[in-house]
Amino acid sequence: MQYLISVIDVQPGSPGNPTEMAAIDVFNERLRAEGHWVFANGLASPSAATVIDNRGAEAVFTDGPFLESKEYVAGFWIIEAPDLDVALKLAAEGSKSCNRKVEVRPCLDQEA
Amino acid sequence: MRDVSEAISQAHREEWATVVAVLSSRFGDLDVAEEAASEAFATAVERWPADGVPPKPGAWLTTTAHRKAIDRIRRESKRDGKHKEAQLASGDDSSESLGAIDDERLRLIFTCCHPALAMDARVSLTLRMVGGLTVAEIARAFLVQETTMGRRITRAKAKIKAARIPFRVPAAEDLPARVSGVLAVLFLIFNEGYLTSGLGTGPVRDDLTAEAIRLTRLVRVLMPQDGEVAGLLALMLLTEARRPARISASGDLATIDEQDRQAWDSALVAEGHRLVRERLATGVAPGRYQILAAINAVHTSAHDVRDTDWSQVVALYDQLVRLDASPIIALNRAIAVAELDGPEVSLAAVDGLADALAGYHAYHATRAHLLRRLGRSQESYAAYDKAIDLSSNAAESASLTRRRDQLPS
Repeated sequence: MQYLISVIDVQPGSPGNPTEMAAIDVFNERLRAEGHWVFANGLASPSAATVIDNRGAEAVFTDGPFLESKEYVAGFWIIEAPDLDVALKLAAEGSKSCNRKVEVRPCLDQEA
Repeated sequence: MRDVSEAISQAHREEWATVVAVLSSRFGDLDVAEEAASEAFATAVERWPADGVPPKPGAWLTTTAHRKAIDRIRRESKRDGKHKEAQLASGDDSSESLGAIDDERLRLIFTCCHPALAMDARVSLTLRMVGGLTVAEIARAFLVQETTMGRRITRAKAKIKAARIPFRVPAAEDLPARVSGVLAVLFLIFNEGYLTSGLGTGPVRDDLTAEAIRLTRLVRVLMPQDGEVAGLLALMLLTEARRPARISASGDLATIDEQDRQAWDSALVAEGHRLVRERLATGVAPGRYQILAAINAVHTSAHDVRDTDWSQVVALYDQLVRLDASPIIALNRAIAVAELDGPEVSLAAVDGLADALAGYHAYHATRAHLLRRLGRSQESYAAYDKAIDLSSNAAESASLTRRRDQLPS
């Protein structure tokens, strides 16, 4: 089962410092070595976001994030884990490595 | 007939958790397990009066529930056009070997008390799935609407399923933290019942303390080696033992020094003491529930409040402070210090907690009592006022008001 680990940050445009980046690399290596890795990346500041709505006659483009909030998603991992206990353990290590809060959310189970 | 209905209630008390646990394990679904267990008990109510009580009620109920679950899954797979049955037959063996302790009921308890669930969801789910209380009963006990409680339980079950919270006993390295999570749920259930008991909220709330004790006894059977489980059980028993003396004839709260000690339940006191002695004999360093139980054991050993071994109580609080530096524990320690070293020493310690506890009624109540003993009536009066303002418990306010009004003017 796949889980999305979102990295939650409060200050837009504050990328990880070198220590954090190094710790993230170590964590990513571990995810790969133990078969949990699916994908991960950091995200640019929410001010770089564009919202697109093409449900109507033509696509409408709007500048900015779809949600204004104090906290925003600064990056994410998608991991493979057999259950939530494993996912929570990995997320706890992820939080430590990037020095940020994280949120774990299950992806919809493909088998169901 | 009387015997049959008694046999059914007994089976419900003793077998509900097992039936739900076994079914949850077999079908990997709490919803299916809960519904099948309910149906099995409903079938027992229908059939046992005519057919007689089966020789092994637990086995009968599990088998009946299993059939009900299969029926439900057949119905659903027909409706969905899916064939889940093959999965059913082979799907349950992967979970059987996992975990440190192989007991379905323990798995159920750890699942219901999973840290990824909100605390109120853990409490409700544990009472429903392990305790076998109905949604209506739980709603009444927590003074919320039945629909609200129903939604809370449904949401928790849905999260367990969607996020794949595993049905298993945690690995040995995680066990201490997870056990203390389970004990926190049980203690919360107990306190919810205890703190409000006798306040005109009816017998349902009083039943929560009994239910918490029953569940803790179950966890103790499942984890006999765990010192904190024994400690929490002892703490509950020694607290419950004093309940008959806790509310005075006039309906307000009697503190431990005012209680009629003849009214304490001596059987519960004896059982609590036995558990505390058993833990002491192991020589293993006690956790917080064991220390709290030991403090209660010292109090309940004294036939008169004047015989209380206060130096022992303070020594135990010193031990507790080292484990948990919370200001509330420091406050309780200071209360014991008043009996050992006098109110002046105690007040100095209490005043040191002002920043942390200014919004806590017991802090002001403690100050009020100490100031009264020191003859500082005016300050005492003001402190009682603050405590009464902050108290949310009717019997407690009544007791504080009475003490305030007894102050010499």
